[in-house]
Amino acid sequence: MTLAFAAGGVYEAFLPILEVWYWLLALLYQLTGLDLINPEYTFMYRAILVGLCVGVIAPLIGTFLVHRQLALIGDALAHTAFAGVAVGLFLNAVLELSVSPYLTAVVVAVIAALLIELISEATDAYNDVSMAIVLSTGFALGTVLISLNAGGLAVGINQYLFGNLSTVSAENAVIMLGLFSVIVGTVALTRNQLLYVTFDETAAAVAGIPVVWYNRIMVMLTALVVVGAMQIMGVILVAAMLVVPVAGATQVSRSFSESLLVSIVLAELAVLLGIGISYYAGATAGGVIVLVAVGIYVLSVFAGKVRQTGAPDETRELDTISQD
Amino acid sequence: MRSHHRDDADEATTESSESRPAVVELTDVSFGYTSTPVVEDISVSIDAGEYVAVVGPNGSGKSTLMQLLLGLLEPDSGTAELFGVDATAFDDGARVGYVAQRAGTSREMPITVREVVQMGRFPHVGFGRLSAADWRIVDRAIDTVGMSSFADRRITQLSGGQRQRAFIARALAGEADLLVLDEPTVGVDTESVDAFYGLLESLHAEGITVLLIEHDLQAVIEHAERVICLNREIYFDGPSAEFTDSAALARAFGTGAQSLTGGNR
Repeated sequence: MTLAFAAGGVYEAFLPILEVWYWLLALLYQLTGLDLINPEYTFMYRAILVGLCVGVIAPLIGTFLVHRQLALIGDALAHTAFAGVAVGLFLNAVLELSVSPYLTAVVVAVIAALLIELISEATDAYNDVSMAIVLSTGFALGTVLISLNAGGLAVGINQYLFGNLSTVSAENAVIMLGLFSVIVGTVALTRNQLLYVTFDETAAAVAGIPVVWYNRIMVMLTALVVVGAMQIMGVILVAAMLVVPVAGATQVSRSFSESLLVSIVLAELAVLLGIGISYYAGATAGGVIVLVAVGIYVLSVFAGKVRQTGAPDETRELDTISQD
Repeated sequence: MRSHHRDDADEATTESSESRPAVVELTDVSFGYTSTPVVEDISVSIDAGEYVAVVGPNGSGKSTLMQLLLGLLEPDSGTAELFGVDATAFDDGARVGYVAQRAGTSREMPITVREVVQMGRFPHVGFGRLSAADWRIVDRAIDTVGMSSFADRRITQLSGGQRQRAFIARALAGEADLLVLDEPTVGVDTESVDAFYGLLESLHAEGITVLLIEHDLQAVIEHAERVICLNREIYFDGPSAEFTDSAALARAFGTGAQSLTGGNR
């Protein structure tokens, strides 16, 4: 109940942003006549907005995950988010509530994220087995709850599994704007600490950074990204957005800041091209976006190779040491 | 850049060691990952400005000792203090610079030397951004280790020796009083190793306390002032010149000590 009330407050706060977005795209339609942004299909306006947000938050968090070799954590959390969706649908059916399944997904995924982190703290390693157990438990719980729901008919389950552009409601778009603010705000604030912990955990601990807390923050942010991106990407493909643009950016970037920026550009490219293609071809958006992202990744590998051959060779010569 | 360090060093030499806490103070420290202790009843005191090397065979507890004194591990018994504060509660991260064995080499993370060295300023700036003054300190630290022309190179494109210089620069950028190095020259070519020890010596001359965990006995004897020979317990603790003549070497390492290489913990 509190959750629904809080959500109501957030909804009111973000609604004006949505209105401005509608107005901007309508204006763009008048200028370009692009059918994709025909004002008759405002669901596409919301889908594009959610897509653009995903294009920022997924590679932003993914950059930190990939370089800690935690790429698969997104997959595990996506499956637990699915359980969260099922919990929401179940509660709505049984208790006649009207809570957004995405909100229950946020709660369940964040709890699962903390669980994974606590297991890793206790065992001193992120291990594949615990990740696999959390992943399968989440998915199993989701399928069981959904099968119990609505007399065994899994109503609308496809939109959560594969994502759907046309089901992005105003409420869901607002949830995404909320998640976007929290994620971008947290990373902007703790960028220094997250970078240090990602690059060299021991040195970060020696430097007085509470590594355990930043690891917890990181997995919780991942849970938020996963739920946000699930709307259009679907449970099964959501993790790709955390990993593929980052892998592409790693190939062509010289610095960390550059790789953050490039991964976001690549992800936005994949999202916009993916949504466009899926709209005109009538294919599922999540799948098309991932295929485009993988295509961009392959191009980045080639670009990286070209750049490497053009770069000066590694040299062992050193400048003289200054005596200060 | 580090004017206050020089002051510290001067004070350290003029004041008696009783008037200011030791940089590192371990008292009767024992620790084991299982019921078998890895280190047992270790008592060590390191004062400001010392250049100390810890040596010992594989599995002798060197790296464990380092983790204990940095507060990364809590002793099962005894006390570990860093700058007079309980090591696990010590939170002035800027005072300690840490250089790990082959740090960061396993990842293909796109990060430049300058971005690595800036991390040394993070304990100073917290959640904030680096100021122009911070960046000047960063560039000065890069210059000190002779890496200015590599500042914008990706760290993964560098040789082992260059990479370790970048990590030392990170410690310098933090204006650390204590430099802790865990087998920093493993996998580094001979030429770079010599340059590396030259750098350590010049930093030591400036008054920075250097604590080196090292497997290369020859290097230790040549460069460090004081040697601590460890194999679960301390076999030797004294001037490096006396170490080679002591019976500790053979007792701690067994025979054939000179050819020992590699490994940690």
